[in-house]
Amino acid sequence: MRNRRVVVVMILFALTASIAPVAAQETAAGRVTAEAAGYRAPRTPDGQPDLQGYWTNSTYTPLQRPPDITREFFTREEALEIMKKAAAAESEQTVPGTVADVHYDFTQFGLDRNQGGVPLNLRTSLVFDPPDGRLPPLTAEGKRRAAERAETRRRMGAVTDAAQNQSLSVRCILMDRAGPPMLPGAYNNYYQIIQTQGYVMILVEMIHEPRIIPLDLRAHLPEHVRQLTGNSIGRWDGDTLVVETTNFTDRTAFQGASEQMRLVERFTRVAGDRILYQFTIDDPTTWARPWSGELPMMKTTGPIFEHACHEGNYSLYNTLAGARADEKRAAEAVRKSSQ
Amino acid sequence: MPAPLSRWVFVTVATAAALWLSTVGASGQAAAVRSPRTPDGKPNLNGIWQALNEAYWDIEPHAASPGPVPVLGAAGAVPPGLGIIEGGRLPYQPPAAEQRRKNLENRLALDPEIRCYLPGVPRAMYMPYPFQIVQSPQFVMMVFTFARAVRTLYMTDHTEAPADSWMGWSNGRWDGDTLVVDTTGFNGKTWFDRSGNFSSDALHVVERFTMTDPDHLRYEATIEDPKVFTRPWTIAMPLYRRLEPNAQLLDFRCVEFAEDLIYGHLRKQPAP
Repeated sequence: MRNRRVVVVMILFALTASIAPVAAQETAAGRVTAEAAGYRAPRTPDGQPDLQGYWTNSTYTPLQRPPDITREFFTREEALEIMKKAAAAESEQTVPGTVADVHYDFTQFGLDRNQGGVPLNLRTSLVFDPPDGRLPPLTAEGKRRAAERAETRRRMGAVTDAAQNQSLSVRCILMDRAGPPMLPGAYNNYYQIIQTQGYVMILVEMIHEPRIIPLDLRAHLPEHVRQLTGNSIGRWDGDTLVVETTNFTDRTAFQGASEQMRLVERFTRVAGDRILYQFTIDDPTTWARPWSGELPMMKTTGPIFEHACHEGNYSLYNTLAGARADEKRAAEAVRKSSQ
Repeated sequence: MPAPLSRWVFVTVATAAALWLSTVGASGQAAAVRSPRTPDGKPNLNGIWQALNEAYWDIEPHAASPGPVPVLGAAGAVPPGLGIIEGGRLPYQPPAAEQRRKNLENRLALDPEIRCYLPGVPRAMYMPYPFQIVQSPQFVMMVFTFARAVRTLYMTDHTEAPADSWMGWSNGRWDGDTLVVDTTGFNGKTWFDRSGNFSSDALHVVERFTMTDPDHLRYEATIEDPKVFTRPWTIAMPLYRRLEPNAQLLDFRCVEFAEDLIYGHLRKQPAP
């Protein structure tokens, strides 16, 4: 009963909320403009296109096109069927015994994406350039770096050996998909945009991550000052907010990128309930050519609550404590058997 | 009809020039941030601000003293300060005064700042780092350097705190040209400073932000906590605008600086 209700709600949401942007997406393969949909964004009091509000970019669409799909777009019926199946698969995990290890009740903890609404996306992959929907091949340097990173990782030992061996997400430092680029993860894909004179602010719910984007044509930080989320500068290109980010570190390594990655994000309000989010990654040390992706951000309701991730990170503590307890038990077993 | 045409051209050029100038003005930080009013006529508090006092060590008046980490010597000493409390001393209830003494004694183990926990209110306002105000009619956001803490001030949609949190739940309103912020819903885990002064989950903070000139805010807060203090008390200080042309908040993700402290004893040891 519960599963069916969730799926029905999701489909209604998709049918009612997505007609205009779908029309826009179908007009020009990837290069969508707000004008194509015949929509003009409202304005803030100082004349900026108004992107403000709460948004979600949850998706079931993979970053790269699966090898067995050769088309750029699904039909609307196909896309709805895929969403329905994905939603049903998530909801199944609420029932003990349906999967091998029911860890959480997905719906109770909001881990089913469709509970918060998933915008309909006809694309078969978020990547639209290259046109095959897949990342360009790695350069020789990109491959060498990937191998080096794997080797460094191996030398560090198990993730349970030390807090620092865990991912930035597990350590509550930065969610893998919080970016930028801002891509959705499994849950809590919520953003609040606030605009004021000279600044756009995006509050990413995950680990209460504030992005403050100045619009004043300032220079980027000195080259040697590097930050996990880089250094972002924005400007308006017509009705599109364009944000350029550099000064990354080599620690986030988005899809294998180096710290030289240059990211350009484009936010275009294409309907009252929809922002089209596009991103282009340029890192010649990693890929022979730039690549781009896009996905919709759909209007949702607030508020965004405080995500005190680190303060409540019992899971990291208990994971490490559990590993040490296991080692102690194993050592005692060895001692006993050798007596 | 040359005369009307040239007038039309003149008007067009003049309008374009005015639009261009206003665009340039709006995109320049100094012009945008320091104009005295927002488009909706409120005082424009947008900008990067910072307190300049010693309250982050101790909000009460205090003489200089050795710091808690002796190896830091003079660099780690507690600088003297006049405090920020009206009347000077905190009106602790006797058991709370005893708790404060214990906190001070064990501050290296107990101070939430050392663990990079969200600093709470009002502590976030006078830590020795800049914070930024992003002001819209519906929301005033405050983003702090330390731990990248965020406060959302709900200006139009006032509700009760839906859950307890570190930074509290803030409803804001304009009282003339003063921004008044009422904050409740605290989790009772935050301190006021590095000297063990603390509050409970009954904490209620009412703050007043008044722009005294384009580069200064007068900040006042009344603090009420019937579980800890005998009466409400008030703090006050100026907040100063950071005037560097490229002023911006930089990343201070302090979690990783506290990990050895929190998890270090759980690191895998080499087999004996």
